[in-house]
Amino acid sequence: MNDRRACDRCLKRTWLLARLSGHLDQARGRAEEVLELADTELLAALAGPRRGAVAAEYERVQPRAIRHRVGAAGLEPICRCDPGYPQRLLALSSPPSVLHVGGGLERLLEIVSGEPVAIVGARRASGYGLEVAGSLGRGLGSAGVAVVSGMAIGIDSAAHAGALDAAAHTVAVLPGGAEQPYPPGKRSLYNRIRGAGAVVSELPPGTAVRRWMFPARNRIIAGLSAATVVVEARERSGALLTAARAVELGRAVGAVPGRVTSPLATGPHRLLTRGATIVRGPQDVLDLLFGCGVRTAPAQTRPALADDLERVLRKISDGHDTIAALARAGLPADQALTALSALELAGYVRREAGGRYMVVP
Amino acid sequence: MLARVCTFTIDGVDPRQVWAEVDIRSGLPSFTIVGLGDAAVRESRDRVRAAIQNSHFEFPQMRITANLAPAFLKKVGPGFDAALALGVLAASGQAPADALNRYAVFGELSLSGALRDSPGALAVAEGARQAGFPRLIVPRERAREAAIVEGVEVVGVSSLQAAADVVKGSEVPPLPAPEPDTSVPLPEPDLIDVRGHAAPLLALQIAAAGGHNLLLDGAPGTGKTMLARRLPSILPAMSRSEAIEVTRIHSVAGIHGNGLIRARPFRAPHHTISPSGLVGGGSPPRPGEATLANHGVLFLDELSEFQRSSLDALRQPLEDGAVTIVRAQRALRFPTSFILIAATNPCPCGFAGVDDRCGCGEAELRRHRRKLSGPLLDRMDLLVSVQRPTEDELREPPAIGSAQARDRVAEARERQRERLAGTAASCNGEMDAREVRRHVRLDPAAEQALGDAYMAGVLSVRGRHRVMRVARTIADLERCDRVARGHVLTALALRQRTGSETALAA
Repeated sequence: MNDRRACDRCLKRTWLLARLSGHLDQARGRAEEVLELADTELLAALAGPRRGAVAAEYERVQPRAIRHRVGAAGLEPICRCDPGYPQRLLALSSPPSVLHVGGGLERLLEIVSGEPVAIVGARRASGYGLEVAGSLGRGLGSAGVAVVSGMAIGIDSAAHAGALDAAAHTVAVLPGGAEQPYPPGKRSLYNRIRGAGAVVSELPPGTAVRRWMFPARNRIIAGLSAATVVVEARERSGALLTAARAVELGRAVGAVPGRVTSPLATGPHRLLTRGATIVRGPQDVLDLLFGCGVRTAPAQTRPALADDLERVLRKISDGHDTIAALARAGLPADQALTALSALELAGYVRREAGGRYMVVP
Repeated sequence: MLARVCTFTIDGVDPRQVWAEVDIRSGLPSFTIVGLGDAAVRESRDRVRAAIQNSHFEFPQMRITANLAPAFLKKVGPGFDAALALGVLAASGQAPADALNRYAVFGELSLSGALRDSPGALAVAEGARQAGFPRLIVPRERAREAAIVEGVEVVGVSSLQAAADVVKGSEVPPLPAPEPDTSVPLPEPDLIDVRGHAAPLLALQIAAAGGHNLLLDGAPGTGKTMLARRLPSILPAMSRSEAIEVTRIHSVAGIHGNGLIRARPFRAPHHTISPSGLVGGGSPPRPGEATLANHGVLFLDELSEFQRSSLDALRQPLEDGAVTIVRAQRALRFPTSFILIAATNPCPCGFAGVDDRCGCGEAELRRHRRKLSGPLLDRMDLLVSVQRPTEDELREPPAIGSAQARDRVAEARERQRERLAGTAASCNGEMDAREVRRHVRLDPAAEQALGDAYMAGVLSVRGRHRVMRVARTIADLERCDRVARGHVLTALALRQRTGSETALAA
């Protein structure tokens, strides 16, 4: 903490952002442009009639006190003036003045100096989306690629959990203060990420989450990552904003196709029509990052299947994904039950809500 | 002069003997009833007086004290009227007191002297038999019900006058002829009406054969309720003692027509039911739906809509097969041995896993699951998803009829009875952990499959026992002495996913 990786000016800026966070909500939609403003411009643009009073507070605030609060919250700060600051973030039009890091600053810097991949997507995701996000996280993790995401419920969390399952690094970029989980229900995931990766926020500890922070957070996710993969997203989704940021930065963008009838597939499909790389599994992402066949995702080890089970598995992939549907395809219910159990035990399928079975990618 | 007449009060669902003692002596004319009666008993005074006068007897203008003994027992309801009235007649010399000693008397009086229909006659008849009374006077409407109990001569009379005549020695009126059944009998729900639904049909038979509780999960309109209503039709017929117990309970609750109930009860309370409505309670304690479903089926539709407290209240009944209700120094025991069958939507909107109409998010799904999870799901051995049958399936012939399924079930139950002889359990669903270890023999491949599932972390210890119980029943249905791998795998596919077993992305 003594080596002071955050300068006074940058720390004061974080204070100002937190102080003005309510005003920033009114600039919603243009929050990122506003974040490009210098401190004095911010004050002039946002503080309104109380401008003078806030400016006086800003003059009085002690960087030492800010630094102390960050340390007390168990976080380590690094500012954009520090040479170790993640180089990729500097490509943003408004790089965060300070990153508040939980779980180890050095570890974060090491992770983001590699080729981390952002996996983002819908909160209200389908079982398919969650499964794919998890397996991408696992596959990339076991190939030594870190996963960056936002720890939101749905796709984000599934991707983090997948990476953690592969004992790989993962970084969660949080909208509010990084000293506590957001959403609060994700405490156990938060603790696991802090233990095996890092949690990051541009806002000082104790800052309550506001709406403008989500697009601001998304720019950091895109900025930290070498590539961004969208798993499931509805129209007007935050995940699409992250992808748009990645495009602006000239980073690679991938998307996982879904069913054309599903509203959750509109986002990825739009990206695909505009030239995003199709992502069918971790290997596609690795090819995107390193070139075709340079690095391969280790194959998942699963027991080989007997012929009859192989046939059932094929039927399930063909869309006969319930016991009733299998019966229609000529498999009596009692045999279907046995086969599905055997497949589930071997890790090939998973039972979803409503009694649908899904092939695990 | 003193007279006493035997009668009964209903304590929960059990009869308790009560003596109606009547003492008449000179003094200012008065009529007092003592002995811990409720409002209906206090009002009995006025009914008894009017009934006696309107039956052309004389109501003695003296000091009358009636006592309902034992005094500690709370007496409920108007069923003591007839006993009190006959007591007054005997004490005033208008009826033979010694002849009255051979009778137990039960019934409410109207002011005209008619004996009114009163609930609980079967329980009273059982009490009279146990207490050794040769004859029982009951309202004529209840005579056939009371006559189900053997060893007591039932006197069904319609008025106080007629009751007094019988006591005086006139002939016992014959039992009323059974009411000709004019109503068109409703067709019993039968599996023969079911098309498609292969897995649920299998699950229903397993549930019936092993006495396992079953959860049906599926989108609205797929046929969950239709399937649940057919479970009683494949349960083996009730034994006579079971039938009498059921009839007694339903008679006490006042929801029984006449005669012995032979069909297993099927109770489907609405999800707004209170905890005491479900397991019994109130003052005086009355049996709840769980007790009314004794020896039958309790069906909870829309399980996630039930109050948490109501579902929690079902824990003891499910665990012990009886519920104990404690009221002011007394504990009442209501029998609650039933198969629980519950239905639920897979998510709040009901369409998860069916089509893309489902707009429920992870948080909503989790809330839905949390509402369902907990101790109740722990007692549900089976989970099966119900899907809408397809057009083709609707045209197919039925897979199995109830009669055929009932035979299979009865045979499987017989196997269980032999194996479980000498234990507290009568079917696989009732085996506790120790009995599971002792009676469920797995062949090596089955052992291996169960071990794999346990190692994969998809089973808890309790879940493992559940799977073993169900696998044992499946083997019984297939007439196998040893549980094979296929049985275990089927049981695993039908297992309930509770708590940590529903592992989903963090």
